[in-house]
Amino acid sequence: MLLKKLTEASGVSGNEKEVRDIIIAEIKDHVDDLKIDKLGNIIAYKNGKPSSKKLMITAHMDEVGLMVTDIDDKGFIKFTTVGGIDKRVLVSKTVHIGDNKIPGVIGSKPIHLQKKNERNKAIDIDNLYIDIGTDTKEETSKFVKIGDYVTFDSKYIEFGDDLIKAKALDNRVGCSLLIELIKEVKDVSFYGVFTVMEEIGLRGAGPAAYYVNPDISIILEGTLCYDVPKIDSHLIPTYINKGPAISLMDRTTIFNRSLREKIVGIAIKNNIPYQYRKSSMGGNDSGNIHTKKEGSITATISVPCRNIHSPTSVMSKKDYDNTYRLLRAIIKDFEKGELVNGF
Amino acid sequence: MNTKEFLSELCNSHSVSGHESGIVELIESAFSKYADKISVDKLGNVIILKKGKNNFSNSKIMIAAHMDEIGLIVKSIEENGFIKFSNIGGVDPRTILSQEVTVHGNKDLFGVIVSKPPHLQEESENEKAIMMDELYIDLGYDNNEVNSYVNVGDVITINREIKELKGDRLAGKSLDDKAGIASMYECIKELSKIEHELDIYFVCTVQEEVGLRGAITSTYNINPDFGVAIDVGFGSTPELPKRDTIDMGMGPAITIGGYIHPKLREKIVEIAKEYNIPFQYEVAPGSIGTDANAIQITREGIPTLNLSIPLRYMHTSVEVVDMKDIRNTAKLLAFFIASITNDDLEGLLCY
Amino acid sequence: MDFNSKLLEELVKTYGPSGNETKICNYIKGQIEKYVDEIIIDSLGNLIARKKGNGNKIMIAAHMDQIGFMITDIDDNGFLRFTNIGGVSPLVSLNQHVVFENGVLGIIAKEPVEDISKLKLSNMYIDIGVRDKNEAESLVNIGDVCVYLPHYCENENTVFTSALDDRIGCYIAIEAIKAVNNSSNDLYFVFTAQEEVGTRGAKTSAYRIEPDICISLDVTGSGDTPKAKTFAVGLNKGTAIKVKDQSILTHPKLRNIMIDIAKNNNIPYQLEVLEHGGTDSGAVHLTKEGVPSGVISIPTRYIHSTTEMVSKNDVINSLKLLIKLLEHNIEI
Repeated sequence: MLLKKLTEASGVSGNEKEVRDIIIAEIKDHVDDLKIDKLGNIIAYKNGKPSSKKLMITAHMDEVGLMVTDIDDKGFIKFTTVGGIDKRVLVSKTVHIGDNKIPGVIGSKPIHLQKKNERNKAIDIDNLYIDIGTDTKEETSKFVKIGDYVTFDSKYIEFGDDLIKAKALDNRVGCSLLIELIKEVKDVSFYGVFTVMEEIGLRGAGPAAYYVNPDISIILEGTLCYDVPKIDSHLIPTYINKGPAISLMDRTTIFNRSLREKIVGIAIKNNIPYQYRKSSMGGNDSGNIHTKKEGSITATISVPCRNIHSPTSVMSKKDYDNTYRLLRAIIKDFEKGELVNGF
Repeated sequence: MNTKEFLSELCNSHSVSGHESGIVELIESAFSKYADKISVDKLGNVIILKKGKNNFSNSKIMIAAHMDEIGLIVKSIEENGFIKFSNIGGVDPRTILSQEVTVHGNKDLFGVIVSKPPHLQEESENEKAIMMDELYIDLGYDNNEVNSYVNVGDVITINREIKELKGDRLAGKSLDDKAGIASMYECIKELSKIEHELDIYFVCTVQEEVGLRGAITSTYNINPDFGVAIDVGFGSTPELPKRDTIDMGMGPAITIGGYIHPKLREKIVEIAKEYNIPFQYEVAPGSIGTDANAIQITREGIPTLNLSIPLRYMHTSVEVVDMKDIRNTAKLLAFFIASITNDDLEGLLCY
Repeated sequence: MDFNSKLLEELVKTYGPSGNETKICNYIKGQIEKYVDEIIIDSLGNLIARKKGNGNKIMIAAHMDQIGFMITDIDDNGFLRFTNIGGVSPLVSLNQHVVFENGVLGIIAKEPVEDISKLKLSNMYIDIGVRDKNEAESLVNIGDVCVYLPHYCENENTVFTSALDDRIGCYIAIEAIKAVNNSSNDLYFVFTAQEEVGTRGAKTSAYRIEPDICISLDVTGSGDTPKAKTFAVGLNKGTAIKVKDQSILTHPKLRNIMIDIAKNNNIPYQLEVLEHGGTDSGAVHLTKEGVPSGVISIPTRYIHSTTEMVSKNDVINSLKLLIKLLEHNIEI
């Protein structure tokens, strides 16, 4: 199952190889051109009907995670975070280290031994470490080295009413959607780009866009969702099961209004539920795409994911399917030349 | 020129970000013996080209070290002739109290940073950090005379000459990143004795301290096949956590992380081991605060490496480096460059 | 040289928040089309107007966009929730009038908060005076953007109005387009989009034009009000030639040329070192292989409030400096 394979693979920002290889294997027989650029981005091209405008659809391959910074004398492994992780989610978790996925645990001081005031404070990263079961620096160093990347140990599980729990739904969900589009869409020209290092500064997107030089880009993401009870509705960025979230604005882009309105029109016309991403916090690859060279227009369409940037992200299959339907409808409009009217 | 002398002269001169032209002549005179061409670009970056032998694919390596230093700038001239100032680059105001300075007006003027006598301070006042806006420079002139020599916008530097400490260590201002320039100088000297295939562009970049600005434009201009930034890293001292620092005298630190090309990094580590050059690691999970950051995302992306020379007390006027580290960085880079051929390049840079 | 109050009033009253600059773009186009050789509007919405010449390619940038508020939610009672476009202070925006592109009026209000100094935009809302959600939705949509309701006041030497940032820059650029006729330089007047959210339009327009030199026109603060933070620039002391801000260290040679031109033409000027903030020149000077760039700043009080303030004399002096600069053969 594609999303299972993608989410269980390791691809922390800067070390996307395993995910890249899976994606290449999935798409190589469905594209007319495939290249890996100098930063590790996958740039794929599907040749179809000629179009006056160049369309690019992107999804970032990387996930947030950890990185080994030191091994102490007793064999404990010190680490730092890669990308934006709330350090409080790290405690009492299991992880995999390096290419060999060595299992480890991030423990913490037993509650019995903590002073009262200690319990009120979040545990600092300097006081956390990974234990792989060894007792000396030498022993640990046989399995782990400085610079190794660490991912959460979290299996893909389907539960509840068509929900999915996995790590890295941000942004394997985007990768999965893009892979399916590449496989199923016929006779439309577009670039499918899988970027690196989005989580540590939207790094891969700029150089990829510089190369492709698109007129229109659609960025696929897994985005914030915090639909808990008793919160004011305007503070809820997206909801599960209300369809794909269309971005209005974030820290890095004011999304082109005409394109956004056209996408909403397409959703309504095809009876696809949709919502707006109400928060203007955060950013995504669009930030570094739309200001490249002479500029271009972009839209970001996201699948809402609860518990983003943690080992237990949750999304809805229905949202996934509706997002896919919306994308197919958008591409159909593009094919007919209607999407780009007026640009 | 002896590298230590060159470095001392560089540090004793002034090149505050945006005002680097003062040391260009010194750099040109040092490098010209070994270079095929030296040019200065629109933002002031100095580009020193050393051509390779049999470079049939015209492949290019860019090595960058920044020649600018942090400093201060005149913000306003007060009624009594005292000067209020702001910073250029990351200056900790606590490090400039009681310093001697030079205000570079239409002539260089000696000044002192004014401090309040302890006798007049409130009880807890000396527990609080001093803020830049509370400080003044006294030039010893009245307002009229100051105005005849100084304008808002003139730059100010701390007076500090290089001091030799024990163990081949130097202390002074702007070793960040003139130590990197010195390393490039040692490197070009080494490379005049060994053969290399690829063309090398040694770039003394401008305005790194205010946003890697020179690296952005010079990399775009040169468009190298890969780039290496040489900057300084946090030398370890007792109060700093071990994982944030590298050790003095133990060689350059090779950065590991997403902003660094993994195969290039593996190759340079191989060379270090092969030639017994001491080195250490520096882990960068995300952004790196050096020119490497700008190089990597230029145009369609450029494979990048970053080397850090251990340096204590960064951004003070008593920064400390070890000449051994500067020389080992140069050696490592020279052997690494010499080991790369046009044939290797594609395999080395692919994913 | 006379002050063209009518032009400035029309400029500040025309709608154009970042990302939605169409109206102000069309207005400016109408003002300049008969004075320029070419006009292009690019994909980010920048308005690029060229007065052809054979000499240096000079880009003159003034940003068309203004700060605003984007609607993110409409509640069951018809109150609107919003996020900021550009730098907005919650306390400054409290109780101010706003207006949408279609003319709908509103007022910014707050929920009760215990500590007013901790007021955040998420505790605030816009009241457009409707009875319920349906009525609200008939007037505005999520994603719509409003701006401070403009007004224009002036006295003999001073203008008091919102959006001087950076319609005053646009004013100077428009007047310069009409007045410059002795220039051998190839002039690109760019009315940029989305400056307030990160100088985005400047990046893409500079990439396209590849100028030899760039001059931006923008507002800067003033240090001449009671207990103001130290800042050497003030109103009525002339045009300000920028030395430094967070985004640029202006090219020393270009800065000196600007100072010489001011001196030689008896144009009063001041030198500016700004500790916060940036301008379009910050983005342009790092384009491609680099572009020597400078900024002519107009000293302004109360920036990003509903009533910003400039001195007409300072504006006229800024215009004079720009015209002389554009007619000069600049050698860097």
